[in-house]
Amino acid sequence: MAEIDAFRAQTRAWLEANCPPSMRTPMPEDEIVWGGRHARFKNPESKLWLERMAARGWTVPTWPKRYGGGGLAADEARVLEEEMRRLNCRSPLQSFGIWMLGPVLLDYGSEAQKAKHLPPVVRGEIRWCQGYSEPEAGSDLAGLKTRAVPQGEHFLINGHKIWTSYADQADWIFCLVRTDPMAKKHEGISFLLIDMDDPGVRTRPIRLISGASPFCETFIENVRVPMDNLVGGLNNGWTIAKKLLEHERKMIASIGERQRGAERPLAELAKSYAGARDGKVADAVLRDQIARYEIDQRAFRFTQRRAAEEAKGGAPGPASAMFKYYGTELNKRKFELLLQCVGTQALGWEGDGFAADEKRMTREWLRSKGNSIEGGTSEIQLNVIAKRVLGLPD
Amino acid sequence: MALVLDSDTALIRDTAFDFFEKRAPVSALRKLRDDKDALGFSLPLWRQMAELGWAGFLVPEAYGGADFGCLGLGQVMEAAGRTLAASPLFATALIGASALALAGSEPQKAAHLPALVKGERLLALALEEGAHHAPLAVAATARQSGGVFRLDGEKRFVLDGHVADLLILAARTSGAPGERAGLTLFLLPGDAKGLTRTRTVMVDSRNAARLALDGVELGADAVLGRVDDGADVLDPVLDRARAGLAAEMLGSAAAAFERTVQYLKDRKQFGVPIGSFQALKHRAAAMFCEIELARSAVTAALAALDAGTKDAAALSSLAKAKAGDAFFLVSNEGVQMHGGIGMTDEHEIGFFLKRARAAGAAFGDSAFHRDRYASLMGY
Repeated sequence: MAEIDAFRAQTRAWLEANCPPSMRTPMPEDEIVWGGRHARFKNPESKLWLERMAARGWTVPTWPKRYGGGGLAADEARVLEEEMRRLNCRSPLQSFGIWMLGPVLLDYGSEAQKAKHLPPVVRGEIRWCQGYSEPEAGSDLAGLKTRAVPQGEHFLINGHKIWTSYADQADWIFCLVRTDPMAKKHEGISFLLIDMDDPGVRTRPIRLISGASPFCETFIENVRVPMDNLVGGLNNGWTIAKKLLEHERKMIASIGERQRGAERPLAELAKSYAGARDGKVADAVLRDQIARYEIDQRAFRFTQRRAAEEAKGGAPGPASAMFKYYGTELNKRKFELLLQCVGTQALGWEGDGFAADEKRMTREWLRSKGNSIEGGTSEIQLNVIAKRVLGLPD
Repeated sequence: MALVLDSDTALIRDTAFDFFEKRAPVSALRKLRDDKDALGFSLPLWRQMAELGWAGFLVPEAYGGADFGCLGLGQVMEAAGRTLAASPLFATALIGASALALAGSEPQKAAHLPALVKGERLLALALEEGAHHAPLAVAATARQSGGVFRLDGEKRFVLDGHVADLLILAARTSGAPGERAGLTLFLLPGDAKGLTRTRTVMVDSRNAARLALDGVELGADAVLGRVDDGADVLDPVLDRARAGLAAEMLGSAAAAFERTVQYLKDRKQFGVPIGSFQALKHRAAAMFCEIELARSAVTAALAALDAGTKDAAALSSLAKAKAGDAFFLVSNEGVQMHGGIGMTDEHEIGFFLKRARAAGAAFGDSAFHRDRYASLMGY
């Protein structure tokens, strides 16, 4: 038996023995585990599942073992993924530390930074958030103004971040700050890690059109952080920022993917809400639109797989802009179609007259509008493709 | 099922890309058109392709073929698509070889496949009768009396139909147009008595013909597969045709896109390259995404056909729909972005626009395949 087959057999046996029963069911929104100092576990089995997976490093299967990761090769990680899907295992931990900070720390962090910050991410003990956008720095991210002034062994930081996802629940924030206001705008930026326990860091949730408040404003006033928290050298932050954005785009591109399995297929919704004839969706126009969406969705998934095979598990490149652009536009299309299928039953806001999953559709449809804005708008992604992939001139 | 090519397949791809670029550029198609070439393709070129083994890629080794599979032939189709090369690759090496290899009797295979592999026998599938792809709508009849079938009816859009040595013809032995049962496939010599072939000149300058059958007589040994069960033979053959044509369209779309991006870099207006304008950049970037998706879809379909997985039919439709949409988009935008020069016959971008529509209509357009995909997926 080839080594990989042996690994598959061991993995399957371990998952079957260790994945608690309720962790093999679709995950409701309020049971998602984000970890952190204030982690809440609505379902006690999700705590158990996190601990078991973290002990093997399988919350982050491909990170090196010395930082708590699973140390798996790309093909082994794929086997683990396939075996988890086979059992319908939930993801034990969702984390910006895993998806965004970790990969750039591995590339740019010092040994001390990796040893200090990566293991708590693997175990879900520290929850990170991302301090990138500012009120005056959206698509023009490099126009950011948050200042970090070196003072002896410390930086003194003052500034105002916005659209900080879950900042009100996070423990640490990775921040882009301006360390050289005289340099060209891309050359005076540094990448800094800040413990949010500091009383100078305040957060204020922002209420969105969906009614939820996943984003915050984050105010940083006279916060001092040690020089040790600088990642990748002074004024070298833009390089790291761009690399991290590629990881973020890859994460957002898979947005539709993570929700898969927990929701009913569009065609089924169309049949039950809009009518069926001879086993087909009765409305021929709607049926064609569903097919068009599903063909694109499937071709997109093939493309993600092909890119992963081509990169052999390596880091995403400029093509991540394509996945961010296409994946989020697809997700928006899906929700528009969902509304078309479900009709006025997907327009309920609260109270009676609507099932819980129907009311969730309304809000998720609204939430999806942000997908093509956050992490770089669709227009910015198209700029990146035009410049860095097609080589079109400025 | 990998979506990245193995080294053997990648080598075929490189060879084919190089071959068509050097030996069959778009100017060769223009010359065939302008010369009103009777054959519609270059026979010496086809012989060279056969020598490279491409004619026999879907033919078992026992009959002299390479048995390399659909993914391999798809690379050659894609390469041919890049230069809009006219050749019997599609009608003979893909469709004809598939039909014979999948459904032929031992004598039928022995009689035709070795010659096909050598590039010495041309085939064509005579299926369509209306203006849209409709495999079950066949109305042409084959009435049996004694041991003889008597065929009457008409066929159109028969690719390579006027030059084929052997036609694979669908006729109705029972049932009514639209019904699945009752279709039968026949092997019909191109020079059969009672068969009239008329070449139709199409917008893409590629081969097609109309056939009229007036009491053509064939023996029972001409039946390919079983009487009344022709649809079972057609299904897998048509899926290969769709995925293969999708590969060709992908090649054409990619080439038209590369030409267009180059033009955006070269053409100056207002003192700058027009590719610096965001209105064009965004459209170019969006096209890039569509081509990448089409490429994944085509590879997945070809690989599924080779692996014989049960979603091969759905994936063939997916690939044809996706590659078709990408090629339509790129060919339209290609002409628009080239501006006035794109409207001239002298420039080659117009050839891509014309080919997009003819290839799109062959074996089902995108709407046909979305409908089929939905049905196969249970809605």
